[in-house]
Amino acid sequence: MSPIHRPEHSTNSPLSIHAMTVAYDRKPVLWDVDYDAPEEPRLIAIVGPNGAGKSTLIKACLGLVPRASGLVAFRGKPLDDVRSTIGYVPQRESVDWEFPVTALDVVCMGRYRKIGWFRPVRQKDRNAALVCLDRVGLADLADRQIRQLSGGQQQRVFLARALAQEADLYFMDEPFAGVDAATEQAILGVLREMKNEGRTIIVVHHDLQTVPSSFDEVIFLNMRVVDSGPVAEVFHEDNLRKTYGGRLTMLAEAAEAVARSERR
Amino acid sequence: MDGPVTFWLDFWNILTLRSGYNATLVILGTSSLGMASGVVGTFAVLRRRALMADALGHATLPGVVGGFLLSLIFGATGPEILPLLIGGACSGLLGIWLVQFLVRHPRIREDAAIGLVLSTFFGLGIVLLSVVQTTVSTQTAGLDSYIYGQASTMTKLDVLTLASLSLLVVLTSILLRNPFGQVCFDADFAATTGWPVDRIDLLMMGLVAGVCVIGIPAVGLMLVVALLIVPCAAARLWSTRLIDVLMISGLFGGISGWFGAALSSSLPNLPTGPIIVLVAGFIFGFSLIFAPRRGILSSQWDSYCRNQRIAEDHALEHFIDHDDSVANDGLSALFSVRGWSVRKINRLMRRLRAKDFVQCSSSVWSLTPSGRSRGLTIQRNHRLWTQYLTSHADIAANHVDWSVDQVEHVLSDDLVAQLEDQLRLGSEP
Repeated sequence: MSPIHRPEHSTNSPLSIHAMTVAYDRKPVLWDVDYDAPEEPRLIAIVGPNGAGKSTLIKACLGLVPRASGLVAFRGKPLDDVRSTIGYVPQRESVDWEFPVTALDVVCMGRYRKIGWFRPVRQKDRNAALVCLDRVGLADLADRQIRQLSGGQQQRVFLARALAQEADLYFMDEPFAGVDAATEQAILGVLREMKNEGRTIIVVHHDLQTVPSSFDEVIFLNMRVVDSGPVAEVFHEDNLRKTYGGRLTMLAEAAEAVARSERR
Repeated sequence: MDGPVTFWLDFWNILTLRSGYNATLVILGTSSLGMASGVVGTFAVLRRRALMADALGHATLPGVVGGFLLSLIFGATGPEILPLLIGGACSGLLGIWLVQFLVRHPRIREDAAIGLVLSTFFGLGIVLLSVVQTTVSTQTAGLDSYIYGQASTMTKLDVLTLASLSLLVVLTSILLRNPFGQVCFDADFAATTGWPVDRIDLLMMGLVAGVCVIGIPAVGLMLVVALLIVPCAAARLWSTRLIDVLMISGLFGGISGWFGAALSSSLPNLPTGPIIVLVAGFIFGFSLIFAPRRGILSSQWDSYCRNQRIAEDHALEHFIDHDDSVANDGLSALFSVRGWSVRKINRLMRRLRAKDFVQCSSSVWSLTPSGRSRGLTIQRNHRLWTQYLTSHADIAANHVDWSVDQVEHVLSDDLVAQLEDQLRLGSEP
């Protein structure tokens, strides 16, 4: 047996994961994950079947679930030193949308840490939040209670809150879940702008068909990293089969996706 | 005749604090308690910890009795507030800790854990209480008022303690509303931005526990949870901004304490706690019916108006389908598919005429130019929506709004043009 290959980790990578294992209730859900994000800004998709640990991966990077072993570094530094440079978009279902706040209030929450413990939200913060809402096309709905927004609009409010964080590295948990095609394009447009501003964005993604057209890099995840790298190099049928195994419908979808990416 | 008049006079005097030192003290105590629990209760409700507060309240009983026993050992001659509250706080917090410990076990869910702790601690407390009452019966007078609350026995020191602690709780909650609110709304996000979520949670729960414990002598440990939940539930019907909900909830809690204490002092032999809770319940009931937008009356009125508008839209569409005019006796046939009564049809036609959508001359109803243009718009919209649902069934059915005047308000111009093309193609042979 060959010794386990350990990649060299870069201290310039915005995210490097070293031999990370995560377990719930004694059962590991992520096993020995090694990954280095490219140093340059990229749009990175995490794909894999249900239960592959996609959300767990980003939650473990963010310290929201404990790691059984391994470590995560951001440009060579631990999480606690760089929290203000890391943004997060959780799944839409994770919060109570009946909560008594307006869309603008939610976006302001992206700046609460900067505002501090005791100071109120000031006009300066509200203006900055409004700019972020405007970037996702919701400036008109700033004063709506969040319940009155559609699913796609709620998702964009979360995106605006992440913009308000002004971070360098973003983790997004299924930002395209349950949104229509037009909203998906709008969100993708914002993500591309963010990348062009020099930010790295890591997205948990479930729609294989849009991976080649939307993302620069892809991580194939099924409890371990199957493969990762630029879409043009690693997004092929072999990796898809290794990741999704015998799921026939997924394979059919994957084959179609590959055919598309080859046509491009 | 004399009874009710003196009662109201009494009540008025107490309410306006002109009925002597004692009643004034009680009112100040209960209203500041109500205000504090209204404010901090909002966070407990929003963090979905309301039942946890209930468990905490019930779990104080063994501690209250235990504190009483200890104070007897150290030479007290009857129930004194401080040892009882300290004992209550200790066992209450132990109960909360036990709930937290139990939910970590995979087979026990939070509701089960809360029920378990609440009932066993309360049972233990009742058993201890009866044992104490039978063994040292002469000194236990007033101890059982901790179960239902009896504010009228409060001393000046009690009220001062209550009022200053309440003020502290209110100030802390208002000052820290941003971190508190963020942790309540989205604790994971708050944690990623670097807030110490565990410590903020602990502080919030500590404030809730504090209000519970200081509120027990006034409203009793069974009902103290009502003061945390009910004002907030009522306040949420009046506003959708956190800061407003906090203020209104505090106000409602304060009013409940004030009126409740006044009522219970002007009626003989009624315990204060239940009356305060009933006043809070009344405020909630009032809000539920009369609050603007979210109240029952208001939302019933909204749906009534919406149904009328839908009926008008349908009627205009039927007219368009029927070449714009119909004889008076043909109306029921025209609308037969709707199953409307003759009365409803008559009222509907009157409304449409008042809006200048239809006119009636020599028993023939016909569309006016404005009615015709509105009818055509409605017809086009409905066809476009039908087409949209057929061709874009996979995405966002919640975009469809049959009642909008212009589909363009919801869908992009490109999409509308595309749908119109599809409609045109579909209608050609």
